[in-house]
Amino acid sequence: MSKELMKGNEAIGEAAIRAGCKLFFGYPITPSTEIVEYLAKYLPKAGGTVLQGEDEVASINMCYGAATTGTRVMTASSSPGFSLKQEGLSFLAAAELPVVIVNVNRVGPGLGGLGPSQADYFQCTKGGGHGGYRQIVLAPSKGQELYDFTLEAFDLADRYRTPVVIMADGFLGQMMEPVELKKPAQAELPAKDWTVGGCRGRAKRKIASYALTNEVGEANNLHWQAKWARMQDTLQRWESFHAEDAEYLIVGFGTCGRIAKSTVLAARRQGLKVGLIRPITLWPFPVKAFADLGGVKGILTVELNFGQMVEDVKLAVECRTPVFSHNRVGGMMPSEGEILRKLGQVFGLAVEV
Amino acid sequence: MMDKILLAGFGGQGVMFVGKILTYAGMLAGREVCWIPSYGPEMRGGTANCSVVISDEEIHSPVIEYADCGIVLNQQSYEKFLPRIKPGGTLVANSSIVDTAQKRDDINVVAVPAGELANGLGNASLANMVCLGALLAALTTVDMAGVEKAVDAVVGKKKPELYEINLAAVRKGAGK
Amino acid sequence: MQKVFGRPQGLTDLPFHYCPGCTHGIVHRLVGEVLEELDIIGDTIGVAPVGCAGFSLDFFACDFVGAAHGRAQAVATGIKRALPDKIVFTYQGDGDIAAIGTAHAIHVAARGEKITTIMVNNAVFGMTGGQMAPTTIGGQVTTTSPYGRDCALVGAPIDLPKTVATLNGAVYVAACAVDTPKNILQAKKCIKKAFQVQQRGLGYALVSVLSTCPTNWGLSPVDCLKWLQENMMPVYEMGELKMTEEVKAL
Repeated sequence: MSKELMKGNEAIGEAAIRAGCKLFFGYPITPSTEIVEYLAKYLPKAGGTVLQGEDEVASINMCYGAATTGTRVMTASSSPGFSLKQEGLSFLAAAELPVVIVNVNRVGPGLGGLGPSQADYFQCTKGGGHGGYRQIVLAPSKGQELYDFTLEAFDLADRYRTPVVIMADGFLGQMMEPVELKKPAQAELPAKDWTVGGCRGRAKRKIASYALTNEVGEANNLHWQAKWARMQDTLQRWESFHAEDAEYLIVGFGTCGRIAKSTVLAARRQGLKVGLIRPITLWPFPVKAFADLGGVKGILTVELNFGQMVEDVKLAVECRTPVFSHNRVGGMMPSEGEILRKLGQVFGLAVEV
Repeated sequence: MMDKILLAGFGGQGVMFVGKILTYAGMLAGREVCWIPSYGPEMRGGTANCSVVISDEEIHSPVIEYADCGIVLNQQSYEKFLPRIKPGGTLVANSSIVDTAQKRDDINVVAVPAGELANGLGNASLANMVCLGALLAALTTVDMAGVEKAVDAVVGKKKPELYEINLAAVRKGAGK
Repeated sequence: MQKVFGRPQGLTDLPFHYCPGCTHGIVHRLVGEVLEELDIIGDTIGVAPVGCAGFSLDFFACDFVGAAHGRAQAVATGIKRALPDKIVFTYQGDGDIAAIGTAHAIHVAARGEKITTIMVNNAVFGMTGGQMAPTTIGGQVTTTSPYGRDCALVGAPIDLPKTVATLNGAVYVAACAVDTPKNILQAKKCIKKAFQVQQRGLGYALVSVLSTCPTNWGLSPVDCLKWLQENMMPVYEMGELKMTEEVKAL
């Protein structure tokens, strides 16, 4: 199949159209703007609508409304805008509504900068909104995955009736790579027998998350928790790269995971048994990837933040092996050589860079 | 084979365009490619740069610490990217407006009066393509035939009249 | 014996649990009657806000969605854009629509979103226990304006319908009250028109209904009606504030 050269953000837009997304509500913000621009141009041709909300809060709540009808819907933003969507995400999780949300991370905190970042890891995976909820978070690392994961995000959202976040960064969003525009998988999904749309011929339905009594409140929470536990059990996903016989593991997701592959290959050329675990689902975090650490003598995490995913790695590792981290912030990116140097430094290995 | 290429100049000098042509040329030849534009305030501040990686194998790290070669179209970019070329690499500079007095002994600086050559073709905005022509000798993954296909793919369909003149500029830069 | 009065089909059988004397019940009934008369119960999706009006979720016989505080109109926009042939309305209190939801209240009208909004204005945040709202009138005592609303300090109340009426996408804006039988009948006419506007796809329609809150005002239901007439009506412009030619022709 032929490939199209596209920006990462455009690949997300194209995948959404092909996944049957009919509505997009968003607000422009660098470095995710090409998503709303691409969809504004092409979604109407596919019978859909793009509506630019007055702000991010409106946009996520428009998604909430559209999702109550069972229509496939998406929004996209970047960090400060994603912050504004947190109220909506909490409500989506509670009302169990399928919406795909893209967060093309940029530098923070505050207004920060436009450079690439992974500093919204906590916000995406731990619930940036109130009340204690979970949502699926996917971390693509290249153009093809931005496309593939977006396609899949719509199915996951429908299957589990949940918001699904695609966590990318400005680098991935802006980078242009060839993308194979695969057809969406014909997934068998549960019937949407819960949507609103007029009660003619059936009983009235309501979609809301308010509990009048604490007893109902607890029952609701237990129901959600059971679903999240089920998801935690079945959805963990990661890529192992030369990890089988590794003595030293690098753990990095998205752009960092991708850069670290070059580090692994460089280390292997020098006879060092280095491997990579690249988490693909950030929530649920792939704890299973760390179940059997074999002969691993130490782990180095690489992130575009001051160390957020490293906490999940440490929880998964349970002190069985030392965990160090290498961090770049403010929009700076680590190079393959720089990661190799750090490996050598923390584990006392002779490395050539 | 792998080429890691840096491209830089003023916004409007066609830096992104050259990057796109190289990327298409790589892709149309069945290679793995990756094109990374600068974006954000950098882009709006006047200087534009992008990097291109073309490879026979999957491109893992797209981050270019040191490039195999590059093109700089203005002085600022020359000074910024001169130290970023690997020893033995090539840096093509638009000598019409870039003073290449500052040198490195371990790389090949190709000074091309791209502005004048482009003017000679009747279109001053083709300096970028002249430099691309001058870069071809340093590339392992893209040749003239590849550039022809890429220019056809990118501008051929939309503006057929620009196809010939762009390629003429590339040939001029290649000394052909 | 012939039945001459009953619960409109637009309402469920669930007894209202609003405070005694609260006029939400009257406004609910009017909307319920309109849904029935226009035969749109089965084609309508309502959106409930946060606040006392949030209970409306259970009381109307049509499908209903609960929104976050202030977001009902954004949620309604999403529903309407997904289902343009259905009837979508929001039922919101003044605190919800004119404070935290102001941006949405303005932009839904500016876009001419083809939805209907019923705004119930009782000049306080009722559910949280009678705090000052953007609609609290000058001098009015609330738990967060214990010495009376000082307009020099916090500004004068917002007449939201009047503001919305200035926007092109709003084709029908009316301000009513449910203090007397005559005004109740008038309010119903306005509410009905606001739904008909949507049925014809003419644009955005807003009906504000001046309402009472005996619990938080600390007055008897009857005194509340008098207080509404003497204190709220002079502040808020009443009547059909805006009607385009197309709406007049309905």
